[in-house]
Amino acid sequence: MMTAWHSMSPAIPEIYLAFAICVVLLFEVFVGIKRPGATATLTLVVLVIGAALTVRYANVGHHQLLFDGMYVADPLAFVLKLAGFLFVAVALLYSRMYLENRDILRGEYYVLALTALLGIFVLVSANTLLTVYIGVELLALSVYAMVAFDRDSGIAAESAMKYFVLGAIASGTLLYGMSIVYGMTGSLDLEVIATRLATPGSLGVILGLAFIVVAVGFKFGAVPFHMWLPDVYEGAPTSVTLFVGTVPKIAYFALMLRLLAHGLAGTSADWTVMLMPLAVLSLIVGNVVAIAQSDLKRMLAYSTIGHVGFIVLGFVAGTPSGYIAALYYMLVYVLMALGAFGVILLASRKGFEADKLDHYKGLYRRDPLLALVMMVLMFSFAGVPPFVGFWAKLRVIQSLWETSHLGLVVISLAMSVVGAFYYLRVVKLMYFDAPPDSLPATLRPLGPRFVIGVNAAAVLALGILPGPLLDLCSRLIR
Amino acid sequence: MQAHLLSILVWLPIVAGIVVLLLGESRLAAARWLALLASIATVIISLPLLADFDTQTAAYQFVQKTAWIPRFDAFYALGVDGISLPLVVLTAVMTVPVIIAAWTVVKARAAQYFAAFLIMEGLMIGVFSATDALLFYFFWEAMLIPMFLIIGIWGGPRRVYATLKFFLYTFLGSVFMLAALIYLYVKAGGYSIASFQALPLTLVEQRCIFAAFMLAFAVKVPMWPVHTWLPDAHVEAPTGGSVILAAIMLKMGGYGFLRFSLPITPDACRELYPLVVTLSLIAIIYIGFVAIVQADMKKLIAYSSIAHMGFVTLGAFVVFEIVRTTGQVQGAAMGMDGAMVQMISHGLISGALFLCVGVLYDRMHTREISAYGGVINTMPIFAAFMVGFALANTGLPGTSGFVGEFLVILASFKASFWYSALAAVTLILSACYSLWLVKKVLYGPVANDHVAHLTDLNGREFAVLGVLGVLVLAVGIWPEPLLKIMEPSIHHLVAQAVATKIPL
Repeated sequence: MMTAWHSMSPAIPEIYLAFAICVVLLFEVFVGIKRPGATATLTLVVLVIGAALTVRYANVGHHQLLFDGMYVADPLAFVLKLAGFLFVAVALLYSRMYLENRDILRGEYYVLALTALLGIFVLVSANTLLTVYIGVELLALSVYAMVAFDRDSGIAAESAMKYFVLGAIASGTLLYGMSIVYGMTGSLDLEVIATRLATPGSLGVILGLAFIVVAVGFKFGAVPFHMWLPDVYEGAPTSVTLFVGTVPKIAYFALMLRLLAHGLAGTSADWTVMLMPLAVLSLIVGNVVAIAQSDLKRMLAYSTIGHVGFIVLGFVAGTPSGYIAALYYMLVYVLMALGAFGVILLASRKGFEADKLDHYKGLYRRDPLLALVMMVLMFSFAGVPPFVGFWAKLRVIQSLWETSHLGLVVISLAMSVVGAFYYLRVVKLMYFDAPPDSLPATLRPLGPRFVIGVNAAAVLALGILPGPLLDLCSRLIR
Repeated sequence: MQAHLLSILVWLPIVAGIVVLLLGESRLAAARWLALLASIATVIISLPLLADFDTQTAAYQFVQKTAWIPRFDAFYALGVDGISLPLVVLTAVMTVPVIIAAWTVVKARAAQYFAAFLIMEGLMIGVFSATDALLFYFFWEAMLIPMFLIIGIWGGPRRVYATLKFFLYTFLGSVFMLAALIYLYVKAGGYSIASFQALPLTLVEQRCIFAAFMLAFAVKVPMWPVHTWLPDAHVEAPTGGSVILAAIMLKMGGYGFLRFSLPITPDACRELYPLVVTLSLIAIIYIGFVAIVQADMKKLIAYSSIAHMGFVTLGAFVVFEIVRTTGQVQGAAMGMDGAMVQMISHGLISGALFLCVGVLYDRMHTREISAYGGVINTMPIFAAFMVGFALANTGLPGTSGFVGEFLVILASFKASFWYSALAAVTLILSACYSLWLVKKVLYGPVANDHVAHLTDLNGREFAVLGVLGVLVLAVGIWPEPLLKIMEPSIHHLVAQAVATKIPL
């Protein structure tokens, strides 16, 4: 009994989370319904305890296989799970007042966030095609429901429907691709697949790869599979946009790493070629189309597509150095995006959505802290030192040079200059323009404002001293 | 103390700037005095650099080196040699007048104005003293943020257009430099500038790297035809912004050529110098003509800056022509000496001229030359200063403007008669636009009621212009100490530039 328990201990985060989800659900039924907000507090406690348990049990020093090789525990999974707890906690903290003001502060929202997190964990630790798929679906279904959470909003329902239908197709292609890979190798186990596909793939494998790459591209929102992304970002309640736009990126990164970079490592020559147009198109379409947006959420959606281009570029390099770059970029991006959507949440109030660019005119005069935070994030998104976004871009470009991708270096840099334009425009609105009289004051809840300040300070601190996080990322990738 | 001197110079203004920001508008008096004290303290702390500088060696001095990002082999490494030291001191010196000139003039968000300039001062000193390419780039780009805000917040009516253009132009230039630096890192395994300079590179690699550097530095200098951001930025920027832009930021382009292009890609430079020389001559002559027709004082000085910076690039690259035609290395150093002196001198003169325009603008709120006339009748002391600086701008012997231009023209004469003949056209052109400016604004009968009610310089303005005037004359009459400081580094640089780096 002791040994069985011991052998399962790296999976404690998932086991705990599954248990905690039930508790939170029951708590909502009996207590939360009477006292709105209690569940929100409980969820934060759950996340803190979860992080503590993860540090205690899942902090494995080396690669370990559990459950007959279905599940892998390694330092990468540990750090990504810890990051998952942290990012979800921050996201929920920013969202609470927004949900309250729209009368959708219900426990189910928090339950869905936790099940999405569980999906992320499963994906992060997946070692067979089946576990990968379970993780993907658990995450996706939770997120669809979250997008539709404001059931009285027509636009939210519409975007949830779009997301669901397109997402289902993507899941189908993923499953189909997996079935071909299974057919060619005779195994679901990613490590076995890796050894059996050690040489560049036959036509059948390439066919399977193509379906998998399409699905991954869809999940990440890489062009040309990005159509859902702006609509969902715009249509979903902003707190959900914050969630959808940030935390799942961890899972999609893990999906690419476990499935393509590790499981299908032997065919990397094939899938890097497939990813290349995805990355280039994402950079171009994301950055160019973002210029034309007047809605901040939509602008950030296109900017996400541009940043996804950078993350995918790390995989295009096809080397561990490239995966390190992608991991670093992903973590940094999530940190920045949390802050940016957090500002939108805090600038909104009851009956007023601060989602148009014009709503940020003269924000400096109305709320200097929020404006400062947003400025820091915008410069960081643009990749200007001393903010951390600079290092993320630098690291990706380094991995491209190491693999002699001159063209990609030039395109990515040219597109970051294009991107700088619309980020600067936000700074311009906040700092150079006078505020219109009609805009309501921003929200001033102490807790979230403190956290968002810390968030921006982290973007600066990690930019001045990027060493530790870069080191960590380098140690995590085999 | 010695080892941390440069660090103090970088971080003292930045920390002071943050404190000023925190003091805010409600405690403006305290913020103002703190800003002034910090900027003066920076100048005082920079003096030991001059005093203890060893003029016998080309090596970096006052070196500080601490691990910064071990993973990239990047260091927090500072140090100055004969090329960067004068620029560091110039930066420290030019920030003080900016603070004083804004003392009561800037009304809106004044504390932030002072803070922005202090933070920028620290970043600019960082650019000149970084001996690690990554640290250099870090400061180089970070500096864009305060300047973007300065032009955007305190600028003129078209400030948004001007500041976006400024930011995007320079950003576009520098990202390709970043690509080149990362490429060099991948090859050299570290970010130290010295390791880049020692790295053998094939001609093709050198050409590409040269092109990337050229894009970054040519935009910054700025060279024709990528100069168009400068007149816009200058016209819209507040006085202090124009002063720093002209006096320091443009020098970064010249510094980049001397520190990066010449030593890292000498063979590409030797091959492509005619391009740079041609662009420099176009800047000197064509932009000189453009300056003549300007109706806006600031625009006129902005174009004059571009023309004068043409001498910097001409002086730096004419070296190759000298070596090619005469086969001698000795004479080549003169062109670089001239380029360096020209940078310092232009920093002082253009800064002073923008301050003069600021003095007039504060009183009349217009920069149109036609709105003025006969200012000398109401502001005689100011007129004396402005005439003096305008003459220095034309390269009058006895002022610093003469030394730099004379050295460059002399050096280009060694290379080719026609180079020097074309470069010397500037003596006529700059006399035209500088003296016409003086004539139309200062002389003649009092043009209108506004001019009639002008008051002469107050003590604050007098002190600022006085100090700059003394410096302009000092460098002009006795440039020897400045040349002495630069000598070993310039010789070392010339040796690097004429050597080949192509692996056999």
